[in-house]
Amino acid sequence: MPDGTDIVYAYDGSFEGLMCCVFASYEFKEIPSLIRPPSDQQTLFDTAKWIETDEHKADRVYNSIPMKISSLAQDLVKLGFLTCVPNKELLILHFLRLGFKHGGKVMTMLTDDIVCSLQKAVQHLTSESHKFKGFVRFSVYGEVLVAVIEPKNYVLPLLSPHFCDRYRSERFMIYDKTHRMALIYQSKKAELISVDELTLPEIDSAEVEYRRLWKQFFKTIAIEDRINPRCQRTLMPKRYWGQMTELNEKDAFARWQVAETGTGTRLSGTEVCTRDPLSTYRISK
Amino acid sequence: MSDSAKYDVACTSSGVDRKGKFGSIGSAAKAGICHSFSADGRCISLLKVLLTNVCIYDCQYCINRVSNDTLRVAFTPQELAELTINFYRRNYIEGLFLSSGVIKSPNYTTEQLIKALELLRKVYNFNGYIHVKAIPGADSELITRLGLLADRMSVNIELPSQESLKLLAPNKTKESILRPMGLISAKIQENCTDLVKYRHASKFVPAGQSTQLIVGATPDTDHKILTLTEGLYRKYHLKRVFFSAYMPISENSLLPSRDTKPPLLREHRLYQADWLLRFYGFEAKELLDEQNPNFNLQVDPKCNWALNHLDIFPLEINKAPYEMLLRVPGIGVTSAQRILSARRNGALDFSGLKKIGVVLKRAQYFVTCKGKVLEGLKITSDGTIRSLMADQYKLPSQFPEQLSFFTEPLVKREDVQQCLTGQI
Ligand code: SF4
Repeated sequence: MPDGTDIVYAYDGSFEGLMCCVFASYEFKEIPSLIRPPSDQQTLFDTAKWIETDEHKADRVYNSIPMKISSLAQDLVKLGFLTCVPNKELLILHFLRLGFKHGGKVMTMLTDDIVCSLQKAVQHLTSESHKFKGFVRFSVYGEVLVAVIEPKNYVLPLLSPHFCDRYRSERFMIYDKTHRMALIYQSKKAELISVDELTLPEIDSAEVEYRRLWKQFFKTIAIEDRINPRCQRTLMPKRYWGQMTELNEKDAFARWQVAETGTGTRLSGTEVCTRDPLSTYRISK
Repeated sequence: MSDSAKYDVACTSSGVDRKGKFGSIGSAAKAGICHSFSADGRCISLLKVLLTNVCIYDCQYCINRVSNDTLRVAFTPQELAELTINFYRRNYIEGLFLSSGVIKSPNYTTEQLIKALELLRKVYNFNGYIHVKAIPGADSELITRLGLLADRMSVNIELPSQESLKLLAPNKTKESILRPMGLISAKIQENCTDLVKYRHASKFVPAGQSTQLIVGATPDTDHKILTLTEGLYRKYHLKRVFFSAYMPISENSLLPSRDTKPPLLREHRLYQADWLLRFYGFEAKELLDEQNPNFNLQVDPKCNWALNHLDIFPLEINKAPYEMLLRVPGIGVTSAQRILSARRNGALDFSGLKKIGVVLKRAQYFVTCKGKVLEGLKITSDGTIRSLMADQYKLPSQFPEQLSFFTEPLVKREDVQQCLTGQI
């Protein structure tokens, strides 16, 4: 079977398109050295074979995965497509060829380089998306919640069920700056649309206030004696910080000191001093 | 306010899986979600606050004790509910961890807590995670009402023995702590059968109960603490027991002196041992006994156990049952499961182990692959292994807990991760 360095497939970048590339690889009995999505630069002497997306062919390949391999393998391939691993298309092709040959046990062939790389890429994706479940920060603009993220993998499809479930009665948007895609949820419907640029309006005073409170809480919670920035960065790498309220240095409020308004009163016994929640935050030592 | 509560932050919003409901905000995800990591590297997932730091009790180890001259403040239930919902909408937090000093009386305090949670649940339709601390001494009826509003409830034992309690927390007794604990445990059980009978019975603390023990404020040994922990898991079906290294807050003849450093490493060892109890099938008596009542600070508890049982090692990776794989230092739950599934496709060798992500740094001394030890590995005596296993903590022999922990990062990155993921 020709497995030359010269065969290059080009496709439309969709998942169905990739399934058609797999179809083509079997049809022409060849293994391409590259499967190229449209965004990649074409080389001057490009002789790439254009693989047309055909739903019927795509379905045939996709539906045969659970039958000939396993439904776990089908999930892995779907997720693999969302990862940022270089040449993910080729990796998926090789994985499927291996799967069609060995059947369901391909999933446990963990010492095989292809299987191992694909599983690792998917782990990276799922762990990144899990992190974002916590790291996404919304700002409130009127009735709408808006968040911006810069993930490496295309995590929005994985985040969608989580946030749609959590904020069922809200309207929200999560904008993925890396992939220029936005998850928009309103009237109980979620949509993924492509958005080239996003300009946000000024935030209002309530938003400023809650951001400040949150930063204050974040600062207070750390036990000074145990400060360990290296550990903090391992668990929450710096690349996430840019869009996180409490860590964003560029945010003017980071250096905005809490005004000492001097409302604190010393009380003894069981009398209680009640005032707005903000002041309760000021009682650091 | 969170300053007072900060000493016992821990990351545990896990344990319940609840879907969002229409017309309400929130859900509780089963796998704990960390929303941020504080500068000391701990997961922040809940808004941890006291409703008030006013307290009529006089627990010696507590900054809010009545005899301490400190600024006293309180949230109204309304303020607290608003703050929580606004943090939650912005995805800052996974939920609320609410506790309180005892204001007026245990019953009055509990009523205030109930008010705050009722506002959150019923007016703001908050469906996220709530962990609330029960106030020792409150009526059963109130504790029950509180429990129906929360996902998890805890009663902090703090001091591991009756004697220590008497000395340091004169207003609390073992009874006043264990009674609500027993009540919660009974309610949970009862609720399980209720839920079968009437599908719509509301759930009583679906995420179970937990407690906290202070380490290092009293002379109680690790053995005592760990045995108590095991007992709590068995008898009261607790979901978690938390340990908190004691930080001296004031000069007090009953407590360690002000310049004593918190026994962080000891706390860390207890957490490691706790994982061994909960996920690795160990029993407290296998790890410590009357002769060795405290953990070895240089070697983690699992390693220590392995070193005392060298006769059963090395284990053959391709044959050892799951329970035994778990006992190999360096092999955690994930690694053991991967080994099980990978070896179905043929015998594993050391390079295969590496490929599936098993870290061999420690494990290499305790396993063979296809009957062979790792190439190039020579072990002359048990003493060599012991020194190889030792953590890189530089501990002067006499006062291991007295030295300054902060000149070098003694608790290493991996340890923290291990603690979080449970791979030990
Ligand atoms: S009852 Fe709680 S808040 Fe009050 S003094 Fe004791 S530990 Fe502190």
